[in-house]
Amino acid sequence: MNRKKLQKLTDTLTKNCKHFNKFEVKCLINLFYNLVGEGTERQGVVLGLDRNAFRNILHVTFGMTDDMIMDRVFRGFDKDNDGCVNVSEWIYGLSLFLRGTLEEKMKYCFEVFDLNGDGFISKEEMFHMLKNSLLKQPSEEDPDEGIKDLVEITLKKMDHDHDGKLSFADYEQAVREETLLLEAFGPCLPDPKSQMEFEAQVFKDPNEFNDM
Amino acid sequence: MGVALTRSAQWTAAGRGTGTLETTPLNEAILKEIIVFVESFIYKHPQEAKYVFVDPLEWKTGLNPSAFESGYAVSETRVKSEEVDKNGRPLLFLSVPQIEVRSFGQLSRLLFIAGNTKLREAQACIEANRNPIAKILGLDYDTMKEDSSTLNILDKIIKDGDPESEIKMKVAMLLKQLDLHLLNHSLKHISLEIRLNPATLKNDIELLKRFSGKGEETVLESIDYTSDYEFSNGCRAPPWRQIHGEICYVLVKPHDVETLCVTCSSEGVFLNGGKTDDEGEINYERKGAVYKDLVTFLREKSAKFSENMSKQAITFKEEQQQQKDQPNEEPKKDEAVAFHKAVTGSDRSTLEKNQINFGKNQMTKRLEPSLNWKATVDFKERRNLVRDTQEEKHGGRLEKSRPSVSPGKAQLVRKSIDKIEEIVSESSSESEEDEEPPDHRQEANADLPSEYWQIQKLVKYLKGGNQTATVIALCSMKDFNLAQETCQLAIRDVGGLEVLINLLDTDEVKCKIGSLKILKEISHNPQIRRNIVDLGGLPIMVNILDSPYKSLKCLAAETIANVAKFRRAWRAVRCHGGITKLVALLDCGQNSTEPAQSSLYETRDVEVARCGALALWSCSKSYANKEAIRKAGGIPLLARLLKTSHENMLIPVVGTLQECASEESYRAAIKAERIIENLVKNLNSENEQLQEHCAMAIYQCAEDEETRDLVRLHGGLKPLASLLNNTDNKERLAAVTGAIWKCSISKENVTKFREYKAIETLVGLLTDQPEEVLVNVVGALGECCQEYENRVIVRKCGGIQPLVNLLVGINQALLVNVTKAVGACAVEPESMMIIDRLDGVRLLWSLLKNPHPDVKASAAWALCPCIQNAKDAGEMVRSFVGGLELVVNLLKSDNKEVLAGVCATITNIAKDQENLAVITDHGVVPLLSKLANTNNDKLRRHLAEAVSRCCMWGRNRVAFGEHKAVAPLVRYLKSNDTNVHRATAQALYQLSEDADNCITMHENGAVKLLLDMVGSPDQELQEAAAGCISNIRRLALATEKARYT
Repeated sequence: MNRKKLQKLTDTLTKNCKHFNKFEVKCLINLFYNLVGEGTERQGVVLGLDRNAFRNILHVTFGMTDDMIMDRVFRGFDKDNDGCVNVSEWIYGLSLFLRGTLEEKMKYCFEVFDLNGDGFISKEEMFHMLKNSLLKQPSEEDPDEGIKDLVEITLKKMDHDHDGKLSFADYEQAVREETLLLEAFGPCLPDPKSQMEFEAQVFKDPNEFNDM
Repeated sequence: MGVALTRSAQWTAAGRGTGTLETTPLNEAILKEIIVFVESFIYKHPQEAKYVFVDPLEWKTGLNPSAFESGYAVSETRVKSEEVDKNGRPLLFLSVPQIEVRSFGQLSRLLFIAGNTKLREAQACIEANRNPIAKILGLDYDTMKEDSSTLNILDKIIKDGDPESEIKMKVAMLLKQLDLHLLNHSLKHISLEIRLNPATLKNDIELLKRFSGKGEETVLESIDYTSDYEFSNGCRAPPWRQIHGEICYVLVKPHDVETLCVTCSSEGVFLNGGKTDDEGEINYERKGAVYKDLVTFLREKSAKFSENMSKQAITFKEEQQQQKDQPNEEPKKDEAVAFHKAVTGSDRSTLEKNQINFGKNQMTKRLEPSLNWKATVDFKERRNLVRDTQEEKHGGRLEKSRPSVSPGKAQLVRKSIDKIEEIVSESSSESEEDEEPPDHRQEANADLPSEYWQIQKLVKYLKGGNQTATVIALCSMKDFNLAQETCQLAIRDVGGLEVLINLLDTDEVKCKIGSLKILKEISHNPQIRRNIVDLGGLPIMVNILDSPYKSLKCLAAETIANVAKFRRAWRAVRCHGGITKLVALLDCGQNSTEPAQSSLYETRDVEVARCGALALWSCSKSYANKEAIRKAGGIPLLARLLKTSHENMLIPVVGTLQECASEESYRAAIKAERIIENLVKNLNSENEQLQEHCAMAIYQCAEDEETRDLVRLHGGLKPLASLLNNTDNKERLAAVTGAIWKCSISKENVTKFREYKAIETLVGLLTDQPEEVLVNVVGALGECCQEYENRVIVRKCGGIQPLVNLLVGINQALLVNVTKAVGACAVEPESMMIIDRLDGVRLLWSLLKNPHPDVKASAAWALCPCIQNAKDAGEMVRSFVGGLELVVNLLKSDNKEVLAGVCATITNIAKDQENLAVITDHGVVPLLSKLANTNNDKLRRHLAEAVSRCCMWGRNRVAFGEHKAVAPLVRYLKSNDTNVHRATAQALYQLSEDADNCITMHENGAVKLLLDMVGSPDQELQEAAAGCISNIRRLALATEKARYT
């Protein structure tokens, strides 16, 4: 990619992104192309990180482990649903990841947790997301009982209109009361420590990032 | 409902026919329960709601026909429901103001329509229908209810075979349930009001007696009544105390505390003033908090007691149980007692064995009389039963009333514990052993609320969940009422504290935040605090203070602020470097131009500093921590924070300073950092707590003269004076009066106070104030009255009478100040007349008998101006029977201040010849002579004055010489104090009238010293010295003359 094009890309992306300054956008674009690899640039084919590559980044850089959540995060990044994260999606996604306001993060997290995209987090979805969250005790007859109970507890806490599922309004109200519930059903944002490390590394000296 | 209404509801005494319900909390609670029942009836039991009552319920309603809407035919004064019974009568018929209702459905609707006035409607209905059951179900049901067996009702209904009766039966059952529920409910209300009575107390004391004696295993060393005489009503207190509700007095000697003299009254058990040493009378004044019974009291007072008690708890409880349950089986109980006595009589090892048996293995106790055994098993079974029903029913309707009652009680207990802990924390030395208030483990598990099980479940998820599950469980736990002791203890008892503290040690920031949020709340409970410290929570929290996340720092600091309320915790914080880190937090609040971001991990810097200050405030009660804060550079930071205007920041900052100002080094630093200026500024704040702490800090600092001046220069005296006018907040008033007291030590300040009319206000505060305030008010008046103008003001405002009245108090600090103030007033003859008229001198005189040396000394000093200024002082002094002997005997005291005061008093007494003769007879000369070898200049001065006065009688001059008082007196002339010189020269002059004394003086080199004194600018001193020399010289001349003639 030539310098001029890169310059232009940086400018447009900076204009559209409120959380990063120009330098930061440039760093992130560099990082993106480092990750994608220069070689794949061809006419007509969209450049991007596919699901596996992206999950790898989430795992290594941001310490996420839950496969399902990582899939959902990928979906969250991949706005146009074409199966790969392109450079502008990368910038937008990271701007939320690193600098997002509480409102933006709530919206994003809710989308991640709303597995079927129907605007509600249902009991089944919660169960699905929480099913690995408890240590299985061999003594218990029904291993799922704890999970079911946990779902009930969550509903009791967050379902303000008592309709048995979480709407965005429910979720928003609960999170505003208790910010800890932002990632109620699994970590889908970088934890502050890895976020700090990431920022320190990327924004300090982009040239050293080649080896990633 | 019937039984509950007739038995529990509190009817006015107007008689059954037209009785009305009294407006008591109990009645209101019952009515509310009934309303809830009736309101929900239509939804819960739609079929039964249609059941038509046998007779309608009629009463006078306050409802307007226009309130009724659809479903009713409404005319101007009448309402008919469209719903009718099979005879076509409307189920609700209102003809203003009379109303008739025939079904629960209509009742429900009516209450709904009534809205706000439903309580009144329900009350009117119940009052008009004293037996609602009979009206609803027919008279025969009501009579049957008397033998209270549902089976009978069932029988009856089955026999009837009427299709309608099935519904009728259901209604009957529902009403029965309600009745039971109401009874339970009211029982809980009533049980809160139970008071102690002589019989239960007697049982308690008897039981404790049985477990007392020498040795490690017993709960107490001894417990005895103060009086053997028991009145016919079971009380042992004298009748004039019985009218205060007091039952008896007990002397208890626990193993680890000295003997406690305890008052048992119907209100509870508390510590009294103990036996006064002279007459063996009891000082009835209450000295501590009131406890609900003797055992609770002793648990609080003696750690050993509670320890041994818990070992024997089971036995003790069994017996208590047994005595409560079977009071009629007296003889058998005696058997049990006899058995016990036998056990205590036999050697200790068997006793021990038996005690173990009591607890663990009831089956092997063949020796035990059967009754006791039965009681144990019963009790155990019952316990299990209760637990089972708890488990089955939790969430059930009957259950609901339970938590609603218990918190009040729990709160009470908590309050009293808090109080005790405050007392403990007053003293700040850490070397003493920690006295732990005994642990209140949940008593048996007889009454576990449903929260307990829910919390247990959540703790299970905390233990076995990943980060996500943990956060959910933490958030859910936070929704419980964590201010309630039940929940706090439940978390601990299911092992939640360990888990919460462990979470703090992980890397998961969110879990740490959640855990701290809970710990912060539950650590308001003193027991939990101790548990947290025991589990090593403090070092971990101290480490978190280093975290990069501000909100985490804040939470940790706030939790530390709550936990660090006792010595062990203070030490733990300090030893793990917590003080330094907390001081570092204070450094945050500087940059004010930061974004107010409310994300999960960020919070405002000001908040961080505030939390840091909060924690330091808690920690600053310990001396070593005060030092550590100073060394960590805390004072400049606190001074800087003091310049902010956030009240919630200022309170902890000023609080910390106020605690620390007890140390000299801090007072110096406070002066140096110009903190006084800001303290004065904040006196003008709106916040009462802030004003209080500022005043308190000034009170502490104003011991120093320069500080007093600073307060004046920064205009602090005016706000202080104006704060005096608001007397509602007693804590603040105490702090403000304290500050005024200390400030008025400087004369300029007193002048200002007079300008602000503060003295008049202070006089007004002499009545109806708590002791803490009185001490300061009187102290301030004592200082003010050093000036003539103020003495006049105090007299004109009628301040002397209340001051004299305060002389009969018992508070030591107060008495010291009162005597001083009265003494200051007595300087003025006109005031003295009033004091004399009020018999103030006699009261002062009797304070010479007070056990505290400070009071004695202060009283002695106050007597001096009284004797000086009283008309016919000699006669007055003689009128106090035994008074002179008392004063003379005080010369045997070993307190220098007392001695100086008494010497001064004697000087004044001796001005009257007759009195001088009396005190001489009481042996004042040898006693004064014995004191002569002292280095205390104050004592020297007054002693010398007393000696010179006493020389005026009989052969006292010679006697002083015989008792070897002369030589030491000569040495006084080498002192640096001119006052001592003057007094001594005068004494020597008097003594030199006797030849032998002259010789002694000469031998001790008095002449040279006196010659120097003759050159003094002080005229009295000159004269006395010269007179003395001339006496010595004359003697010398006389001897020479005798020799050569």
